Amino acid sequence: MKPAVMPLEELMGSGHLACQGCGATQAMRFALKVLGPETALVIPACCWAVIDGTFPHSAVNLPIYHTAFETAAVVASGLKAGLEMRGDTETTVMAWAGDGGTFDIGLQALSGAAERNDDIIYVCYDNEAYMNTGIQRSSSTPVGAWTTTTPVTNYKREPKKNMIDIMAAHSIPYIATASTAYPHDFMAKVKKAKSIRGTKYIQIFAPCPTGWKMAPELSVKSARDAVTSKVYPLLEITEHGQKLKVWKDFEPTSVRDYMKVQGRFRHLKDEEFDQIEKDVEMKWQRLVAKEKMLASIPGLIE
Amino acid sequence: MKKVIMGNHSVSHGVMASEVKVISAYPITPQTHIVELLSEMCGNGDIDAKFIKVESEHSAMAACVGASAAGSRAFTATSSQGLLLMHEMLHWAVGARLPIVLANVNRAVGPPWSIWTDQNDSLSQRDVGWLQIYCESNQETQDTIPQAFKIAEELQMPVMIVLDAFFLSHTYEIVDIITKEEVRKFLPEYKPEIKIDTKDPHSFGNLGGPDVYMELRYMIQEAMEKGIDVIKRVDKEFEEVFGRGYGLIQPYRCDDAETILVTSGTVSSTTRAVIDQMRDEGIKIGSLKIRVFRPFPFEEVFEVLSKAKKVAVIDRNISFGNGGIFYQEIKSALYGRTDIPIVGYIAGLGGRDITPSVIREIADKAIGDDKPERYINWIGVKK
Repeated sequence: MKPAVMPLEELMGSGHLACQGCGATQAMRFALKVLGPETALVIPACCWAVIDGTFPHSAVNLPIYHTAFETAAVVASGLKAGLEMRGDTETTVMAWAGDGGTFDIGLQALSGAAERNDDIIYVCYDNEAYMNTGIQRSSSTPVGAWTTTTPVTNYKREPKKNMIDIMAAHSIPYIATASTAYPHDFMAKVKKAKSIRGTKYIQIFAPCPTGWKMAPELSVKSARDAVTSKVYPLLEITEHGQKLKVWKDFEPTSVRDYMKVQGRFRHLKDEEFDQIEKDVEMKWQRLVAKEKMLASIPGLIE
Repeated sequence: MKKVIMGNHSVSHGVMASEVKVISAYPITPQTHIVELLSEMCGNGDIDAKFIKVESEHSAMAACVGASAAGSRAFTATSSQGLLLMHEMLHWAVGARLPIVLANVNRAVGPPWSIWTDQNDSLSQRDVGWLQIYCESNQETQDTIPQAFKIAEELQMPVMIVLDAFFLSHTYEIVDIITKEEVRKFLPEYKPEIKIDTKDPHSFGNLGGPDVYMELRYMIQEAMEKGIDVIKRVDKEFEEVFGRGYGLIQPYRCDDAETILVTSGTVSSTTRAVIDQMRDEGIKIGSLKIRVFRPFPFEEVFEVLSKAKKVAVIDRNISFGNGGIFYQEIKSALYGRTDIPIVGYIAGLGGRDITPSVIREIADKAIGDDKPERYINWIGVKK
């Protein structure tokens, strides 16, 4: 990953309503820098429904369509179809939803849009819980985490849902993960998504200092540590699910160090950290093995 | 061109002639023929529209919301459980002021599973803010589609057209099929001022505090009230082009009627046959079909019913804990302005036949009972 110039274009203004250190806000700013003004956004219930600002204000200088929680993908599909029938084939339509609106309540509509391969970019900003409603667990919340519905006496026991595999099973043309700590990587992925027709899914790790009980200034660092500790691998799935590329060009860091700065993991005991570290390593190995396996299938190597 | 077609296909022909641009739907009996024929029409180029084959009715309405927000004419069709699943997005279409048209084939709600007609599906959506028009024949059903788009686009409000399962949806009748070319003389191209447009970016539907919400709801009610005149005018404009008009309500032999039976949907035609028979016997009776249910035509209904001595309302629906829903509406239209007894009759739920003899039974009861003890009466319930 080589450093690049940050595009000067700003389609997101100051004066938005996000908390300090909000990863979701950084993610939007980066995405819009590469998408440009011919973009329409669809935003369901999520933090961004509020971050955008109250009527008649908007922090984003683009058309935004706010919609019901479970409908981001399909409203984007409808919007794209409506624009095309009006003769506008240029506008990129991007659904922009949180992990609750993607992994949980919005999964059905997203699956439908992906199966139809509707021409939309779907970005899930993943802050690993229902942050807008006050930090409740979602199926994206990692094992061990505290939330207001998984208190320390009964913290989350279930692993995070593997949304990437679910999307890969739809054979859509482009899937990627990203992290707010690697904006150029993210922007390159958004740019690539814009150039492809069909359903594109990007899931960006977007720390929520408020919900993770962490100092705001640790937002970017934790987004970096999640990647280098292999908790949140950066990957791309192309060729309709047949090709996987995992980013490995980093100095591995400690899972424990990543977790320990976050209050949501404070209650965990040493042996629980041990188990989580083992699980992270096993998932990483499996991912790398899958990358190799897919690369070894004849006819699929570029 | 006249053809013998089923009720569902008359909807499809209305949609084709209205040059709808985006269709999104999910299969459900007894609606499915509507979208099957539309798929075929899209496939063979009879209609230049995108058909989004969604994974649920909730998504069908959500896709229509997106398409309509983009400025394209959007349509969907559903029934029963499907309409109920759409409920949240029905509200969304109203709040967002989107002129979507939906055809709902009235089907009873489960459990037990039922595919047969009654009105509880559409009437349980009474308060969401959709205009509702109940149709009686295949011709009326077809003609109401372009009317609905014209009304919807002028008011910036969604319109639901409603037809009875099987009694209309699967019944074949002669229909004078309208064409795009003819409809263009009546329904102009949809060119909304407000739409999703990157050249004029706005945020739609973002957080609106207590300082703005109420005004937006006031404007929806204002549009509904304006709707009465708009529907009347649009119906007249339709009549000028096609020679057929339907009105808000349809009184039948009401002028000197002492008793009036209030109906909706296909029961209206059967009722007219009974009225003729009773008139032959010298009984002063008439009927009133309510075609437009939302906005409710209070004045028009009052004008007809206030001349009668007794009003009997036939409801193919029930609001549990209260009574027939049309009955309640008729009562509220006459309240405080007349002392005419209004009696409600619940009949035909879950597709049970409302035959001429059932209607005759209701009419005889209504005429014979001067001081009815019960204002909600069940017809034909087995002991």
